[in-house]
Amino acid sequence: MPEQTVIEAVRDTMFAEMRRDDSVIVLGEDVGNRGGVFLATDGLIDEFGEDRVIDTPLAESSICGVALGAAVNGMRPIAEIQFADFVWPAINQLVGEASKVRYGTNGVKTAPMTVRVPYGGGVRGGLYHSQSIEVLFAHTPGLSVVAPATPYDAKGLLASAIRSDDPVIVLEHKRTYRLVKGDVPAEDYTIPIGKAEIKRPGTDLTIFTYGLMLHYSLQAADMAAANGIDVEVLDLRTLRPIDEDAIAESASRTGKALIVQEDTPAVSISSEVAAIIGERCFFDLDGPITRLGPPEIPPMPFSPIQEAAFMPSPEKILAAITRLAEI
Amino acid sequence: MSATANQSSNSTAQLSGERLHELYQTMVLSRYLDQRVWLLNRQGKAAIAASAQGHEATQVACIEATDPTKDHYLIYYRQFAAMIALGTEPEEMLRGFLAKEGDPMSAARQFPLHGAHPRVDLFNFSNVIATQLPQAAGVALADKLKGSDAVTVVFFGDGASSQGDTHEAMNFAGVHKLPVIFFCENNRYAISVPIEKQMGIESVASRAIGYGFPGVQVDGTDVVAVHEATVAAVARARSGEGPTLIEASVERLLPHTTDDDHTRYRSAEDIEQMSQRDPIRILSDLLKRRDLLTDSEDEAIHAEAQKRVNVATDTVDAEPYPDTSTMFDHITAGSGNNAGNNTGGNA
Repeated sequence: MPEQTVIEAVRDTMFAEMRRDDSVIVLGEDVGNRGGVFLATDGLIDEFGEDRVIDTPLAESSICGVALGAAVNGMRPIAEIQFADFVWPAINQLVGEASKVRYGTNGVKTAPMTVRVPYGGGVRGGLYHSQSIEVLFAHTPGLSVVAPATPYDAKGLLASAIRSDDPVIVLEHKRTYRLVKGDVPAEDYTIPIGKAEIKRPGTDLTIFTYGLMLHYSLQAADMAAANGIDVEVLDLRTLRPIDEDAIAESASRTGKALIVQEDTPAVSISSEVAAIIGERCFFDLDGPITRLGPPEIPPMPFSPIQEAAFMPSPEKILAAITRLAEI
Repeated sequence: MSATANQSSNSTAQLSGERLHELYQTMVLSRYLDQRVWLLNRQGKAAIAASAQGHEATQVACIEATDPTKDHYLIYYRQFAAMIALGTEPEEMLRGFLAKEGDPMSAARQFPLHGAHPRVDLFNFSNVIATQLPQAAGVALADKLKGSDAVTVVFFGDGASSQGDTHEAMNFAGVHKLPVIFFCENNRYAISVPIEKQMGIESVASRAIGYGFPGVQVDGTDVVAVHEATVAAVARARSGEGPTLIEASVERLLPHTTDDDHTRYRSAEDIEQMSQRDPIRILSDLLKRRDLLTDSEDEAIHAEAQKRVNVATDTVDAEPYPDTSTMFDHITAGSGNNAGNNTGGNA
């Protein structure tokens, strides 16, 4: 089975989906000859031409609005937002519009569109190339939000997003693009939207996480194992609809929940996971539901020292594991 | 009187006298329906209505120049006459205003005239002004990629012309020479804000030069002029030459909506002057001057429209509201009562 990086899996999936279905088009800033600033679309224009790989003006609202219009008229557009930090001008077309197309027309219209959004920090991106923007989308009924963290999941979830008949936001953590490698089968497969996965089974406590923090959590779990603590790591993979059953099952089984995220904690994915565990697992818990995230400051400082202080790390996660395990 | 007055759409030739007569009937029906929903609001039955009174000529003449069997229409909330011209029955529209179960546009989830039409490709997703313009560019882009010669018409008011989405949409459409008509119904007021506080230039149409396509100003009370301008724009779009911006000057004869009072911001003189530009009176006078309409025929058309609206009102008033359980339907593929009917690719 070939080993790939996340970015290679993303790119190959777009090649495969565009070959599979003529209605799949790609549009965004610099997605053509430049191949995207991260090279996610590298080579697409050579095979599929300018009609299906569209370099747009620098205007995010119309990137998503045009994608939406094309989607309701038979296309399956993949819109690329260059950096998550730049998605805010398009929020109305996504949260305000795309999410409600099916509902607001009682099913007469649908918007089968995918929006790929590179997000996250730890890349010296400062305030405007580091943001985690998942909460607003994950709060919105009518949207699906996936956050694959491995090459295997990136392929399976991106393929599901493109084939979905409803709008899907695909969050790709920039730091994972070339950092994370893994086996990716060459054959066609999809991963269902809405399903979490236990990436490391364990018995003493469960870490609930997603994105780059999955990899830091797995490293911390390995370190904890050396200290005799058996940590389970559950990768949420989809943030909306969130896999409540998988969360409750794992929390009830291990009895201790540590939620790790890169986004600031107040009113966030970790708030939601904590609420689900509180509602469904109260009598099975052996310790307080614990959250680990960055401090409540605008993410995230450009200074390398402050950036490191902001980001959760395997060491910080290990400390939180140890504290919770000892209760 | 037929509500589907557009069946024999006349998209190239000049309007015949017979056709003008039919368009007049559509306008009168729109006017009576418009007046009726205003009344239903005052009776506490319709929560909200925005009026198209003063915009009727523009809307029917524009639609007349297009082909409803294949073209796309992204409307906005003031499009009574356009919807009737596109074949929507008065009952269907009243179901929206009264939020009844049978509302074909959105099953009573949305404000009236919002949602999507089940028979014609007419839709209106949002109350957020100008969001439909980039979407229209996307609809037109899809047609271009599919090799279709369909045209997309997107309607908006002068207020929408200030939005960033309007600029982005026209810029994108200009770059790709998309088959789209940007149709601005300029009634000179964004609710209460007059045109001189909305733009530092004389006309919306003059902006088109900034996007590389023609901008045309037309008297929106003149059916013939609007039709002619739209025919030219449709021909440009169908032949791959790209977009046109049409700005039709119209009057908003009533306040913005049933919740508005325009005497707070329009002078008595302004209101008196604009009432002189009632497109129904203007077309009636034209038809009579050309001996295409007699006074007694005109009275019969009005009586027939009123009767049609009365019948529709009685029918719809007696219909049920949607069951609460239906509010879980159609959130995503397979949700609510559509569970098990998932056509999505998520499995």
